[in-house]
Amino acid sequence: MQLTFLVEQVLNGLLVGAYYLLIALGLSLIFSLGGIVNLAHGGFYAIGAYLAVALTPRLGFAGAFVASPILVALLGVVFERVFFRRFYRSDPILSLLLTFGLAMVIEQVLRITFGSSPQPFSIPRELRGQVLVGDFLYPRYRLGIFVAALAAVAAVWFLVYRTSFGRVVRAGVQNPDMVGALGISLAPYMTAVAALGLGLAGLAGVLLAPITGVHPAMGAEILTAAFVVVVIGGLGSFWGVIAAAGLVGVVRGVTIFVNPAFGEASMYLLMAVVLIVRPRGLLGERILRFE
Amino acid sequence: MTEFERPNRRALLKGAAGAGALAGIGMPAISYGQADAIRIGHLVPITGFLGPLGEYAQMGVRLAAEEVNAAGGILGRKVELVLEDSVNPQTGSAKAERLIERDKVAMLIGEISSATALGIGQIAQRTKTVFINTGANSDALRGQGCNPFMFHIEAANSMMVMAVGQYLKSEKMIAGKKWYSLTADYAFGHDLFRVAKKFVTENGGEFTGEDLVPTDATDFSPYLLKIRQARPDIVASNLAGNGITNFIKQYAEYGLSMPITGFGFDTAVAWGAGQDNFSGIWPLIWHHLVDNPSSRKFVEAFTKKYGKPPENQAWGDYNSLKLVAQSFNELKTTDSQKLAEHLRKGAKFDILKGREGYFRAYDNQMMQEMYAVRAKPSAQMKDKWDIYEPLGTVPDAGGDIETLAPPKDGACKMPA
Repeated sequence: MQLTFLVEQVLNGLLVGAYYLLIALGLSLIFSLGGIVNLAHGGFYAIGAYLAVALTPRLGFAGAFVASPILVALLGVVFERVFFRRFYRSDPILSLLLTFGLAMVIEQVLRITFGSSPQPFSIPRELRGQVLVGDFLYPRYRLGIFVAALAAVAAVWFLVYRTSFGRVVRAGVQNPDMVGALGISLAPYMTAVAALGLGLAGLAGVLLAPITGVHPAMGAEILTAAFVVVVIGGLGSFWGVIAAAGLVGVVRGVTIFVNPAFGEASMYLLMAVVLIVRPRGLLGERILRFE
Repeated sequence: MTEFERPNRRALLKGAAGAGALAGIGMPAISYGQADAIRIGHLVPITGFLGPLGEYAQMGVRLAAEEVNAAGGILGRKVELVLEDSVNPQTGSAKAERLIERDKVAMLIGEISSATALGIGQIAQRTKTVFINTGANSDALRGQGCNPFMFHIEAANSMMVMAVGQYLKSEKMIAGKKWYSLTADYAFGHDLFRVAKKFVTENGGEFTGEDLVPTDATDFSPYLLKIRQARPDIVASNLAGNGITNFIKQYAEYGLSMPITGFGFDTAVAWGAGQDNFSGIWPLIWHHLVDNPSSRKFVEAFTKKYGKPPENQAWGDYNSLKLVAQSFNELKTTDSQKLAEHLRKGAKFDILKGREGYFRAYDNQMMQEMYAVRAKPSAQMKDKWDIYEPLGTVPDAGGDIETLAPPKDGACKMPA
């Protein structure tokens, strides 16, 4: 009986991993190409959620599901052109300060516009309900998030590893000067990657708005967990982030099963252990000064 | 770090956005600029997981100031509010001190976090300035932490438990039932769980699960699976702030069938949960459906000013300022010591309830009637504010309102 319960927590942990993955993947993309640690990523996630709340009455949830990530991505284009672009080659501390400030600005603008109170929002009626597999219970909506996350990961993988766009982006990560020498301007690629990464944050916002509180600080709430996933997976590693998201979900679920008070602490402990044993993260590139 | 005072939303709409935002950084918002005005200090957390409640607190106290000034002010002088974001216990105490020493406020109103209220209470005692706590529930504040200058219009945790407990008993949800509770893992949650567990076990219930939930948890699914595996009869929340919103939403998502209830509750977090999600029986110190003339008048004035109904936190801050203005006018002085003596002598006040309330001298806790509400089926909800129906008043008409109060167990030794 205990064992079945544990297995149920492990499977649920993988599902929860999809929830972390959506946010962590965009964070990792922007870091690997531009070297920017985007502390404002949670802010874009919150904007996605607020857009879902605002657009659903007009477009329906399906419409908001399509429109909000696109709008957040467009906002990403603006932010990349105006802010991020100036910091690709500078000291990382500058971009940290910039995105830290942006995160505060986004949170306060949401607070001033919509107030501090959570915005009422629910799972659309047609997506409610649960699926019983044997004795295991899965909400239909959460399975939907899992499928959407897998689809997003597959799309990003295809774009990065199977298209000419992706070839330039990967070359840019390794050697931006050589890409320039070959006569390719990286700037539009940078814009596209930022838009993609922030669009993923917007997608996470739409998907999670029905099951978590939609309030101004929701971005700050989720950002730390997303960073933990990126760090455990290895900065800049595509497969590392995916593995780490699942791992964090499972470790957290099992910890809550055994000792609930340590639920959130478990992921930080996991991060500490991974960093001690393998400073570059599970599948990260080797970073000389860290080893 | 710089503190942000939230600028008045209407000022923004009038096009003063830039100026308003700049003026708001690092300095308190002052509502009126009269030289001979009487200043009242107001402190609540505006950011963080209690932020939604702090926002209602400010709305409530602003409305009260407007009404007091329209009725001639205090002793013919205007009331001037000095509003601050208390942020956390350290900042809250520092700001309370500054309000008293520098801004020369006549008294302090506010706070929601029990930890911050304790610090403000100590400063109130040292400076002999009245502080009315409008949102901190911990029984310890009324016990070891009590002092003659700290008053509590907000109910203690044990009063919330007693209020909802009466209805849980009459619904046969306690005796012989297995309970599973989720408790916010900090001082407030621990204090609430302690009194809730005492009540449930004394009335023949049993806890088969008692999980602590970190306040930064946003995903409740592992807890919900554990609850489903444990098959309790009742699921109880001792959570706080945004944690309650997340719990209510995900409990509905997992479609668990056990009835839920909770011992601590604020309407704002349930309004934020959204359609088809809210369920259960919950205690409240006041709600916007309380039916008497003064309550209806408050709901009408608040809704007119802010475009939404007030909730329980707005009630506390509104009534605190109203009763202070009334007392100062009756005493013909704004002396904080005289105010403290007056309140401790059991002066009675209309607090928008069926019966008048008064502070009892033992621990300065406001003696008052309490309420419980039951979630409406979503088909019956008329709009997003219409989420519950009143179950009634505790104690019943004719009952002694002190029966709800924390026991006089001697924990509070009021220093002279």
